[in-house]
Amino acid sequence: MLLQQIVNGIVVGSVYALTAMGATLVYGIMRILDISNAGAYAIGAYVSFFFLLQTGSPIVALVMGVTLTAAFGFLVQKFLYAPLMNKSPNVSLIAGIGLFIFLQDFLRLVAGPQARELNFGKLLPSIQFPEIGLTLYGAWFLILGATTVLLLILWLLLNRSPIGLAWRATAQDLEIAKAMGINTNRVVAFNFILGYGFAAVAGILVGILYNSVYPTMGDVPAYKMLAVIVLGGLGNPLGTVLAALVIGMAETLIGGYVGFFLPRDAIAFVVLILILLWRPQGLLGRRRTS
Amino acid sequence: MYEQVIAINVGLAMLLAMSLNIITGFAGQPTLGHAAFYGIGAYTSALLTAKAGWPFLLALPAAGLMAALVGVLLGLFSVRVREDFLAVTTIGINFVVVAVFQYVEFFGASMGLSVPKPELLGVRFGNLEILLLLIVLNVLMYLFMRHLPKSWLGLALGGVRNDEEAAASLGVNSDHYKVFAFGIGTFFAGMTGSVYAHFMGFISSTDFSFPVSIGVLSMAVLGGLGTVSGPLVGAIILTLAPEVFRFVSDYRMLVYGGLLVLMMRFQPQGLVGDDSFLQRTWANLRGRGREGNRHG
Repeated sequence: MLLQQIVNGIVVGSVYALTAMGATLVYGIMRILDISNAGAYAIGAYVSFFFLLQTGSPIVALVMGVTLTAAFGFLVQKFLYAPLMNKSPNVSLIAGIGLFIFLQDFLRLVAGPQARELNFGKLLPSIQFPEIGLTLYGAWFLILGATTVLLLILWLLLNRSPIGLAWRATAQDLEIAKAMGINTNRVVAFNFILGYGFAAVAGILVGILYNSVYPTMGDVPAYKMLAVIVLGGLGNPLGTVLAALVIGMAETLIGGYVGFFLPRDAIAFVVLILILLWRPQGLLGRRRTS
Repeated sequence: MYEQVIAINVGLAMLLAMSLNIITGFAGQPTLGHAAFYGIGAYTSALLTAKAGWPFLLALPAAGLMAALVGVLLGLFSVRVREDFLAVTTIGINFVVVAVFQYVEFFGASMGLSVPKPELLGVRFGNLEILLLLIVLNVLMYLFMRHLPKSWLGLALGGVRNDEEAAASLGVNSDHYKVFAFGIGTFFAGMTGSVYAHFMGFISSTDFSFPVSIGVLSMAVLGGLGTVSGPLVGAIILTLAPEVFRFVSDYRMLVYGGLLVLMMRFQPQGLVGDDSFLQRTWANLRGRGREGNRHG
């Protein structure tokens, strides 16, 4: 039972890590909290649902869901955030919330308010695993596998490639990076494409896990994603993964054992507030000296 | 009757938008969970009058104080963390407060709470009396808001908003003023919640959920954060829009979201802020009028 809860916590934490990674990367570069990133989560799931319905091929659905959402991220960056870069961070923050709410209602109007079935499960025979003492659902392996692979790729990209070098330089100081000849606009665009792609993968995986997509599915991830990146120290990818696992674990263990008078989704914020009182800069954030 | 209810809704929205403007507009602290304080006020007032038998006139300020107490705690917390953290925490507070109202038996849980109609000097409050009360509160608050930018407090808040370090170098303790702004803003939101509870006669947790916070924020943003009359303009437009145009009420969140994006992208100063397109059009019209006079 304990083992079951721990594995469950890791799975939940992986999903949070994937969801929050996009916004973490964006914050790392632009110092803005991109809440509309959680909109990409629902968009990815819906696009992939649509293509699954049309073509019946899970591969096409997955690829199109991620690609189109990543392209959407590029457009958001180009037409919304880039022009706002020199304004106060509150301006971008409010614009991002506006976009998120707009997207959610848009999905509701286009696809209807009811939950739709995202039936990848039977189409992916390779994820059917036998029970070994504890129940490990097929979708769990998919989630854990995808998260591990994607995070590894991200780590390699950031630490072992020229793009990663440019990314780190831009994250440290955008102006100086620009002066050193780095095309920061391209770094920022790359950032959004990658971030929205990650969110789309998370959305699709959760859609598969619960076998459903619905317009407000980005709601809870949106605010939990924020809790995760804040807790991780804002803009620190490693901190985000750690924070996602902490929150995923806290939720399943507190929810499963201790019992709590609040619903599960409120636990993330109680954990967030308690940890921030202890470490105002987040788990792995550095204290800023101003 | 219908007009009275709409006027009451406008009055409530104006109070909320003005109270949010103190925190986000004047002190520059992003707050995305204003409905939580509205709700705390409403539930405080409902419990005090229905369960403890307090008169409405005492419950009204008590509701404000209760909301302000939580607001000050949030303010004390906010000075420890950076602005971005704060925005997230305010969303969290909204979710947690709604969850508490919805799951704790004491607050009526999912059944909600019924609230007695207030009575004053033997007069039972109907919609007309509520409307009169709201007019009084709105006038008082407007006068306060008009005075605020010229006062020492308003200047200090502006300093904290525009450049915290510069303000600190001039001897402004930015932490104190941030907490103060939270205290005042949430106090007014709590009082508004009390009026709402007694107007409706029944409250439940969903009345104070996150979309309500977004609605209030949209109003202040539309009119102009940090301006005196902006939140009033925004509150009137966004409260009347669903009544005038049927489609707006069906697509409320689409409209709110779209408005926030468009306003931030093209008019972050709001409709009545400095150099907004309304102001420019107005100046152009006047300029053309004067020119015409000169030639004619």
